[in-house]
Amino acid sequence: MKCLAEEERLNNMSVDEHIKLPEGSIERQTTTLNLGPTHPATHGVFQNILELDGERIVSAEQTVGYIHRAFEKIAERRPLYQITPLTDRLNYCSAPINNMGWHLTCEKLLGIQTPKRVDYLRIIIMELARIADHLICNSIVGVDTGAYTGFLYVMQYRELIYEIWEEVCGSRLTTNIGRIGGFERNFNDTSFRKLEKFLDEYPRVLREFENMFTRNRIFMERTIGVGPISGERALNYGFTGPNLRAAGVDYDVRVHTPYSSYEDIEFTIPIGSTGDCYDRFLVRNQEMWQSLNIIQQAYRKVQEFKGKDAEVFHADVPEYYLPEKKDVYTKMEALIWHFKIIMGETDIPPGEVYLSVEGGNGELGFYLISDGGRTPYRLHFRRPCFVYYQAYEELTKGSMLSDAIVTMSSLNLIAGEMDG
Amino acid sequence: MARPVRFNITPKEADMQSHIMVAEAPAGHGGEGFFATSFEKVVGLARKNSIWPLPFATSCCGIEFMATMGSHYDLARFGSERVGFSPRQCDLLMVMGTIAKKMGPVVRQVYLQMAEPRWVMAVGACACSGGIFDSYSVLQGIDQVVPVDVYVPGCPPRPEAIIDGILKVQELIHNEGLRRRHSPQYKALMESYGIQ
Amino acid sequence: MALTNDSIKQKLVEKFQDQVYNFEEPYGMLTFEAPKDYNLKVMQFLYDDPELRFRFLTDLQAVHYPHFKGRELAVVYHLHNLVDNVRIRFKVFTDINQPDVYTATKLFEAANWMERETYDFYGVNFVGHPNLKRILNVDEMDYFPMRKEYPLEEQTRIDKDDEMFGRGGTIK
Repeated sequence: MKCLAEEERLNNMSVDEHIKLPEGSIERQTTTLNLGPTHPATHGVFQNILELDGERIVSAEQTVGYIHRAFEKIAERRPLYQITPLTDRLNYCSAPINNMGWHLTCEKLLGIQTPKRVDYLRIIIMELARIADHLICNSIVGVDTGAYTGFLYVMQYRELIYEIWEEVCGSRLTTNIGRIGGFERNFNDTSFRKLEKFLDEYPRVLREFENMFTRNRIFMERTIGVGPISGERALNYGFTGPNLRAAGVDYDVRVHTPYSSYEDIEFTIPIGSTGDCYDRFLVRNQEMWQSLNIIQQAYRKVQEFKGKDAEVFHADVPEYYLPEKKDVYTKMEALIWHFKIIMGETDIPPGEVYLSVEGGNGELGFYLISDGGRTPYRLHFRRPCFVYYQAYEELTKGSMLSDAIVTMSSLNLIAGEMDG
Repeated sequence: MARPVRFNITPKEADMQSHIMVAEAPAGHGGEGFFATSFEKVVGLARKNSIWPLPFATSCCGIEFMATMGSHYDLARFGSERVGFSPRQCDLLMVMGTIAKKMGPVVRQVYLQMAEPRWVMAVGACACSGGIFDSYSVLQGIDQVVPVDVYVPGCPPRPEAIIDGILKVQELIHNEGLRRRHSPQYKALMESYGIQ
Repeated sequence: MALTNDSIKQKLVEKFQDQVYNFEEPYGMLTFEAPKDYNLKVMQFLYDDPELRFRFLTDLQAVHYPHFKGRELAVVYHLHNLVDNVRIRFKVFTDINQPDVYTATKLFEAANWMERETYDFYGVNFVGHPNLKRILNVDEMDYFPMRKEYPLEEQTRIDKDDEMFGRGGTIK
């Protein structure tokens, strides 16, 4: 409704309402362009109302909320394990990271300690999700600068990641992977074989993708110097994730507050210098290499567990983790726990907890207040896209229209996460 | 006890002769150098194999659509090679993802800008009926604002399901009469949505 | 000297005496409260002090406690000291009939949209905000949906059977 009313207002604007431009500009007043919610360049539904002087942008006003789904209100109605499918739909390009972050928050609230094997398996799944997210972002930056081939080529390898997730949890995109305390089933041999196939084939593909773009004259001219931001301004705007690292600040939640045994894995954090689109592209590419490194280390650590240890896939918390069916049918305690969990009789302890994980876009935070009942009293998602989209006007002021498009896609704005 | 398996129990033999399916020609009268059939059938055949979709991708289903357009589950082999983003040039409006109440008028506006004949496909549970989001801000199904031809359920639907939806749209297009858009029932349908 | 929760508490109490209270440490994060007129002063102090250096606003949101009469809406700030890696949580409570809180946008640009979201959901009026309008909901909405008294579903649906969905009827 807002954008239609805006259009009417823009059509009926008098000369005074447009921004008057100073002497020496191309025109006397600005043109208003509605880069509306349905546009091939806005990947997701958000709107930018740009005031243009010729082709230079004078100001940009953003409208979000076109896919507001009221996650926080829905979450007040659901017990903890039913909120996981909601978190899937936040940053849907890398849904497992959101799931794992939510499980970690619940485990912090409930005081559950997961065994090491579970942590390493979680690391593998989360880093695969990070690769999937960065692949989409980088290939779409390529598409927006005109190179469609990279996108098609790389989507094939994203299918390999989908196959691994499908083997583990049954679903490709909105995975609902894992449970509070671990995973729903042990990883079978097929999933490890698929993982090895991915680790064999993907490095060559990533190298080809890099070769196509990194020293490509056209790509460099389109992205170097476009949408730069300094480290201090980025911090003030609340940037996190690859966008902040491209601006030169090495803040990564996996290193600052390690979760899920990330402290056992060695990896480096790539940082850029100017924070422009080219730096963001390169940082994401480097992060994909680092993610491959992390997956290989974690996989080696998983393979070190032999015998009985290799059967461990969840923490021993019968109050929150559904017991096995054969125990439910034969043992009394298991039957009681099963009943209590399914009927929603287990209460969560009162308290408030804030936990953040390194999502594909930055610090994804979960602030959970529980009053001792079945459902959270208040759940708030600290969504990185929402926080850094505010800076878009500062990034694009004075640049050309085509630069604005490239900036928008290089920021990796996912509408589901932005509105939530 | 496991449920008895109903599908795929007798394996098919690999048959080089008959695994190639040739589409049926429409009923008509042919001779040397000509084939006469009714105009409807020819138009239906031509239209169904060259649909230009408009992907109105809002959320997660949009990513599955990207996978459908990719080379693994190629949608282009069904004639939808050129996806357009301008409603003036497209036939099929594929609404993929949750439509919030703020977005409802935008869907309607895009639908109004499309030229007849136009079809609408609701992809995903959110577009069909609101999906898992039964909240104050989500439109419970796009059929509250535009008439829908094919519903593809799933959250998100697999690419195979989206292709199945496209095939069903193709069937609809193939069998559509030339005068359907002028019929009183169609006019009544448009009236019920408030579309002139 | 490492920055611990105790040293932060000590410095705050030194500077503000009894205007900061309710110190707690749920799950290791220091949480405290201040009266709503002091929110900017406390945050400025946390920003400027050379040892405290809380220069990153992680999150800003509100919570509605209908049973605390006179202090129903709580605005919660999560601040982060990136250099020493310390997080802190800071709450201000305000009355629901006059929910005016000073805006933090001059200190942190990140607070701009976060405050708009809080206004959209809870109706907290941020005094001095450059552009306080609804951000996520439709502009014509006349109530603040996240408050506890409003329902989740839209009320105009007639095709859902309330009993089967656990709303009203005899099934709870």
